[in-house]
Parts: sequence; structure tokens; C-alpha cells
Amino acid sequence: MKEHHVSIWFLIGLQLALFGVLISGAGIYGYLVPPPPEQQTVLGNLHAAIWWGAIMLVLGIFYAVKFRPGNKIE
Amino acid sequence: MLPFPHLFADTASSGLVSLGTVDDLVIGVYFAFVLGIGFYLKHFADTGEEFFLAGREMTAWIAGLAFISANLGALELLGWAGNTYEYGIMAAHWYWIGAIPAMIFLGLIMMPFYYISKTHSVPGYLLLRFGPAARSLSAVTFAFMTVLMSGINMFSMAKVMEVVLGWNFDFSIWMSAITVGLYVGLGGLLSAIFNEVLQFMLIWFGAFLIPLLGLIECGGWQGMIDRIKQNLPMTHPDAPNLDYTHMWRVMGNANDNAMGMHWTGIVFGLGSVLAMGYWTTDFLVVQRVLTAKDLRAAKMAPIIGAAFKMFVPFIVILPGLLGMALLNFPLYPENQVGPGHLHPDGHSYNEVLPLMLARYCGPGLLGLGITALLAGFMSGMAGNVTAFSTVWTYDIYRPFKPDATDAHYVAIGRWSTIIGIIISVATAYIVPRFPSIMDYVQALFSFFIAPLFGTVLLGMLWKRATGYGGFLGLLAGVLSSIGMFTWVEFDHDTAIQYVALSPSASGMAENMYSALWSGLICVAVTVIVSLLTPARPDRELVGLVKACTDIPPEGDYPLIHRPAFWATIVGVVCVILNIIFW
Repeated sequence: MKEHHVSIWFLIGLQLALFGVLISGAGIYGYLVPPPPEQQTVLGNLHAAIWWGAIMLVLGIFYAVKFRPGNKIE
Repeated sequence: MLPFPHLFADTASSGLVSLGTVDDLVIGVYFAFVLGIGFYLKHFADTGEEFFLAGREMTAWIAGLAFISANLGALELLGWAGNTYEYGIMAAHWYWIGAIPAMIFLGLIMMPFYYISKTHSVPGYLLLRFGPAARSLSAVTFAFMTVLMSGINMFSMAKVMEVVLGWNFDFSIWMSAITVGLYVGLGGLLSAIFNEVLQFMLIWFGAFLIPLLGLIECGGWQGMIDRIKQNLPMTHPDAPNLDYTHMWRVMGNANDNAMGMHWTGIVFGLGSVLAMGYWTTDFLVVQRVLTAKDLRAAKMAPIIGAAFKMFVPFIVILPGLLGMALLNFPLYPENQVGPGHLHPDGHSYNEVLPLMLARYCGPGLLGLGITALLAGFMSGMAGNVTAFSTVWTYDIYRPFKPDATDAHYVAIGRWSTIIGIIISVATAYIVPRFPSIMDYVQALFSFFIAPLFGTVLLGMLWKRATGYGGFLGLLAGVLSSIGMFTWVEFDHDTAIQYVALSPSASGMAENMYSALWSGLICVAVTVIVSLLTPARPDRELVGLVKACTDIPPEGDYPLIHRPAFWATIVGVVCVILNIIFW
């Protein structure tokens, strides 16, 4: 009998988590080492990359854990 | 993993935005995932059912998200944001009246027949219902137009990447062609669907911040409206007194809105015919729903898609409006910008979304936004290619070789995927030499949508419709659509007031009314010819026509699992949204 493929939600979780790490990491770096004024974005003071990346990371971990291979949910 | 793409740009600094290392990493991770999924799923796409219909084992959620995602390409995002800058909030009609009712109709009324008949494709349904003539007409035109459209999309993607990122045109073409060819050729529709759902998430995460931060900058909705009105002499100097912020109250007279459209064109042309035709008979989107694991999932999938589609204006229409409110320079039509044109250094309407992306997104977030655009481009291309390979294999090739093995058809499917991509690449390179081919192919595609809807609808709901009626009705609808298009092309001023009911009608209004008339002609001819030709016995129509098919009732399911319940909720929310933005 053919094995079943991993859940798509697991892959989405992995990707969101990876992107979350990269984006929030870039946001934290930008917070610690602010770019020159000509390179700053509008509303850059809100540091969207930090919290948006964190949201992606948390959601990604949630999906990756909940739908991990072997966990019978879907 | 592919090398980081912007290293291959020959004009990297000339783009609208420039990417940093983190952005490259985000894009690189995306490509690694896409290709990895293709290689991983190759082992799950051995049979025809698996390769062409993803094993018919998708849940309602996955089929529903893939259904909406196949349509939510990057050109759609960029184009409708641009249309919003040009026409105002009226562009949202293409979502709330131009998609939601049709998606609900597909789920509740039409999907049971597609699903119960076990067809592999929409032309396959026509074969079962009307015979080989209607199937062949539909299959050949669909296959031909689909690969041409794929090529045109590929060309548009490469142009957008050239403008936005300064990427080399050839690099964009071959990068997307090889990537899509690999993941679809290996994993078939299953791989395409996995990537479509992935892309759906990326688009929301990549685009959601723009309206959020835009509204914060404007000081809320009313602040945005005030700024739009204040900016109109700059953004729309030709028509600064029109209302760009209401959807319906400006449609009582075609001269009162920027689209030059009367409400009847939107309701009857777009909502009742064109949108119905696209969402219920275009195999590119219907194919995703055919992968559902059971009938209830097949009915729920379009309704789940509709629920999400209803909120897409937040990431598409709103950025266009925010562009009108916040950009301190005007945007222009595509044919007025660039070297040698009226505004050599200006930006086009279609650049409003990337401009807003660059306005708010720094390193990392910018890469995410660009990844969302790339994902949208490639999943749109994959949608075209998977639909093409299925129709080619089952509806064009198999009639000539009906007794081949399942493995043979899968091999043909893989080869047709590669050939479809090669034709798309060739088309992408032909477009710059014959720019008008873009207009003509898109027009040709639209010629079939409305009549096909009439044919399929009558096939499903009227058991008296015959094979001759179905074929001749479809043919008459298509020919009348081509006739109207040609008439307007050669004698615009006279023809437009008859076809679109207004001498000041825009091209969009012409399309709406043309669809309406061709759909009505198709229905009229189908009915007349059917009544003059012998009917098929009821026993041959079981599973194909409403009056001859026992559709399992939903009453056995709890209320929250019934498609009709969720369709009602989606419908009510859609009406409320229309009233709010009236």
C-alpha cells in the first residue's frame, strides 16, 4: 500500500516559521542598527518587520507542530 | 536551490525597488520549497487519477484555497490595484458581484453534476452530455487559448520584474518556465495544488501590511477618502469631479462614473453571464474543485473560496485607493510611460502596488512581498499548464488512442506539460513583436466564456437540451461574440452604442454587454434547435441532468457542515459589504 504524503499545512507551517525567523531577524537588526534616513520606509518607526515576522513565526510553529507527520489531524 | 535571482540582473539598480541579502534569502527559501515539493510529490503522481486530479482526495479547504488561488495570480493583484487607481472603488464589483454569486452557484448548483458524472474536465462533461462535437470545439479552443494565455502571462511577468526589480527579461522567462515545468511535470496537479495553497498564504502575508499601514498613515478610512478627493485634480485631471469612492450610487448613468458603465452592465453582463461563465466553466479553476474527496467537499470548496475571495479587495482594491490618497505624483496608463512616450519617467497605474510595497516594506518584508508576486505568477502559469495537459490528454489525444494504458496517458500528460511550457515561452517571445496579440488572445478567450456557460447550464438543468442544440448553441454564441468584437473594431462609434448601449462605453463595458448578448444567443439557439431535434432518453442523462439525477441531500449533516448554510452566510456578508460601500 502506498504511503500518504505529509500534510500541506505542515509544509506551510515550516515555510511561515522560516520566513518569520528571517523577517523578524531583519527587523531586529534594523532596530539595533537603523538604516540611513534616505533608506528608511514610511512608518518605519512602527518596526513592522519585527511583529509581522513574529506573527508568522508563531503561526508557522503552530501549524508545523499540529500537522507534523504522524499526528493524525486533518 | 536556484541561485539568488537578482544576482542575474543586468540592470539591478534600475528597478523600482532593490533587494537586499535577506530579501534574496526569502526568495531563495521559496524556490527551494517549490522545487522540493515537486520532487517529493513525484512519488504520489503515478496514476492518471493522481497526476491529473490529485487522486481526488483533497479536503474542502485545500480544494477551495487552490480554487481561489489559481485565479489570484500576480497579474490579478497588480492589474486590479491599477484598475482601482484608474476607476476607483468600482473595481471591487469584479469581486463582490463578479465572483461571489458565481462561486456560490458553482458550489450549490453545478458542482454536483461535474462531480457525480466523474468527468476529468469541463469538455469531458460536454462529451457526456452533448457528444463529441461540443466536446471537441470546447477542448481545442480551451487548450489553444490556455497555452497562449500562459505565454502572455509569462511575458507580462518578465516585464513587471524588469520594471519593479530590474531583472533581466530572459532570466525571468526561463526561471519561471523551468521551475513550473519541474514541479508540475514531476508532481502533476497535486504539486500544483500544494504550491497554490502555499502561494495563497504568501500573498496574504506579503500584501496584508500595505492596507494596514496605509490606513494608519491616512488616519483611517475617512482620512483616506478625504485625501483621495483632495488629490483628484492631480491623479485624475481629466475627470476630477467624478465620484471614485462609491460602488453603486454612481452607476445610474454611464456618464457619472470613470468606467462609463451603467449598472445593468455590471449586474447582467458581469454578474449574470461573464462571471458565471468564468467561475463555473473555466476548467483552470473548476479542475481544482474536481480534486475534492467527496461530493460535500466539492460543494464546500467553492464556498470556502468565495469566503476568502470576498476579502481579497482588502489587499487589492484598498492599495489602489491608498495610492490615490498617498502618492504625491500621478500615475498614467501603461501606453503613456517609458522611453519615447508622453511620460518617460512616469509610473503606470499597474505599478501602484509595487510602489506601495516599496513605501512601507523594508528588508525582509520587501522580499516577502516580491516572493508573493513571484508565487502568484508561477502558480497562475502552473494552473494554465495543468489544465492544458489534462484537456490535451483526455479530450484531444485520447479520442485518437482510446485503448492505451493509464501509464501511457500519464506519460502524455508529463510530455504535454513540457510542450505546453515550451509553447508558452515561444508565445512570450512573440508578444513583443506583435503587441496586439495580447489584446486579441484575451478577446478570443472571452469569446468562449459566456456561450460555454449557457451551454453547460442548459445541459445540467434542462433535460430536453440535445446534442445538436448544445453544439450549435455554443457555436452560435461564439460566432456572435466574434461578430460583435469585429464590428466594434471596424466601426467603433456606431457599433459601441448598440453593443454596449452607450456611445461613451469603455472597453470593459463593451465586454460586459458582449458577454450578455452572446450568452443569450447561445441559450436561444440551444433551445430552438433542441426543440426541433429528438431528445435523449432519461436513462442516458443520469448523473448529468438535474431532473434525472438523485443528488444526496444535505439534511443528514449537522447545520454547520452543510454547504447551503455556509453559502447563505457568505451571500449575506457579501450583500452587507455592497451596502456599506454603496
